[in-house]
Amino acid sequence: MSNTPLVEVRDLSKTFDVSLPWLNRVLERKGRLFVHAVDGVSFAIERGTTLALVGESGCGKSTVARLLVGLYEPTRGSVSFDGTDAALTLASRDGLALRRRMQMIFQDPYASLNPRWKVQEIVAEPLREHGLVSGAGELRERVGELLRSVGLAASDGEKFPHQFSGGQRQRISIARALATQPEFLVCDEPTSALDVSVQAQVLNLMKDLQRQRGLSYLFISHNLAVVRHVADRVGVMYLGRLVELAPKAELFARPRHPYTRMLLDAIPDIHMSGRSRTPVQGEVPNPLQPPSGCSFHPRCPHANERCKAERPLLRMDGPGVQVACHAVEEGRI
Amino acid sequence: MSSPTSLLEVRHLRVEFPTRRGTLLALDDVSFDIAPGEILGVVGESGAGKSLTGAAIIGLLDPPGRIASGEILLDGRRIDNLPYEQMRRIRGRQIGAIFQDPLTSLNPLYTVGRQLVETITTHLGLGAAQARRRAIELLEETGIPAAGQRIDQYPHQFSGGMRQRVVIALALAANPKLIVADEPTTALDVSIQAQIISLLKRVCREQGAAVMLVTHDMGVIAETCDRVAVMYAGRLAEVGPVAEVIHRPAHPYTAGLMGSIPAMDEDRERLLQIDGSMPRLNAVPPGCAYNPRCPKVFDRCRVERPDLMEVEGTRAACWLHSVQTELVR
Repeated sequence: MSNTPLVEVRDLSKTFDVSLPWLNRVLERKGRLFVHAVDGVSFAIERGTTLALVGESGCGKSTVARLLVGLYEPTRGSVSFDGTDAALTLASRDGLALRRRMQMIFQDPYASLNPRWKVQEIVAEPLREHGLVSGAGELRERVGELLRSVGLAASDGEKFPHQFSGGQRQRISIARALATQPEFLVCDEPTSALDVSVQAQVLNLMKDLQRQRGLSYLFISHNLAVVRHVADRVGVMYLGRLVELAPKAELFARPRHPYTRMLLDAIPDIHMSGRSRTPVQGEVPNPLQPPSGCSFHPRCPHANERCKAERPLLRMDGPGVQVACHAVEEGRI
Repeated sequence: MSSPTSLLEVRHLRVEFPTRRGTLLALDDVSFDIAPGEILGVVGESGAGKSLTGAAIIGLLDPPGRIASGEILLDGRRIDNLPYEQMRRIRGRQIGAIFQDPLTSLNPLYTVGRQLVETITTHLGLGAAQARRRAIELLEETGIPAAGQRIDQYPHQFSGGMRQRVVIALALAANPKLIVADEPTTALDVSIQAQIISLLKRVCREQGAAVMLVTHDMGVIAETCDRVAVMYAGRLAEVGPVAEVIHRPAHPYTAGLMGSIPAMDEDRERLLQIDGSMPRLNAVPPGCAYNPRCPKVFDRCRVERPDLMEVEGTRAACWLHSVQTELVR
């Protein structure tokens, strides 16, 4: 095993063209319009660890997930997987081999399973696609094994997705993702469609699988309490940029960026009934017209002239902690 | 039989859905009350019947669902058997409703102002100019900046959090005594959720309105509510003051629900998990509906159904407590 991180993302950016059709642009005299969904994001994921990305809707965290598995092509920057450039490899003849090593679990277990297929066929598809088994008998055996590893019965393969509850469906998604024996799983809000008791089952299962198989996860979530439970490192995103990246313990004990502090403060705490929290002012700005300088400055209690004009870059602040904030850099907070 | 202290009383409410394959019992023997100015939280997993309870109270059960027995009293007056037209006048005037998705509870074709003015003139009988003034006041109260201009905009011109503020303004328009809020913050981001919750708390306190807050988020309940009702498979599992239920849950289901929430202040390698899932309505087990998942199950749970019984501080539907009280005796 080498010492390089399994996944290394450098200056990853994705711009979507959301311009009106050509005729409208001409008639209404409007220019082209771009959304910078992900803007210069860099991070690394070590083997066997979990990096969580958190942020509110529209901050670009799902776009990062899709860029990593190659569902989108990056506009700029690169993703390297085990030392090789993922985008180049996926386009080449070795693409299939790389795809086998990274898989994705989607948010909605109702939409990500084909309702007309039996569970057996759903879980068998990656095995067949990648030519990992020979013969129907072996296929059936492998599928049964996979279903058992996620806590379902081998006989469940004969059923259709609608016969399962939400949590069980998410287990089927996990079984499908595990079929190719990947090293890296990208999980895009895997539990946010589930009830808390079922969420606990799925989170426990994901942790067990990580321990047994040495999996690495990119875990996307908007729920900081869940992130605190599963992650080793946490990245906080705001309007397409990473504003803070830190080891979990450090981030929750000593949040540095004002946005991280705000998010932590906004979590309802079940053990402190009646505590009044300070509600944050304002909302996430329109990503089509992001604010100048630091994009958080209109909501930030520590913003000054520099924050309005100059965009802060991620810089080290303590061991393993990176934060993009002028106020932190200048020691104002 | 109504006590003078409660604003809303729900007595032995039973809601059924007749289907071709037999009648499904969606709510069974649900009883609770809410005092004026009190916030009652209703929690449970999806399908537990919490939204259905809210819908039954505001008289908006989707057919073929119907109230089979039991009664609902508002201010001592029965409202579950009123004709549609009378109920329509109570809804909005005396009971305000807030739903999960602010986009579907506003009419996209009318300006926000027109929807507010319509509600105000219908229920309060004010003139057009007065109603508009009141509408602007309401928008200001709910924290919408530049309310005077925004009143003439359409719902799509508002962000999610702002839309939910408009929905709250609509629900409060006629100074109702009771507000039924069904997952009002579930569709919103955490930072916006905090704003909406504190807004809801403030306006209810100022107007003295009672609130029934339906949510699956224990954190929201802990911060907002005075009392909490935990539902499971169409029945109440536990009712009691928020602090009691959270710190000393009497029902094993409540304990499991609390343990499965990742906590912010302690480190656990594994979360407490409740195995299995809630039974479907057509396959509710005999005895206590929770018995197949319950870690403390014993023989009596499998045959006999527990009703709510007094436990220190709260009430829980669990035979464990019956045994204890009998032993004490």
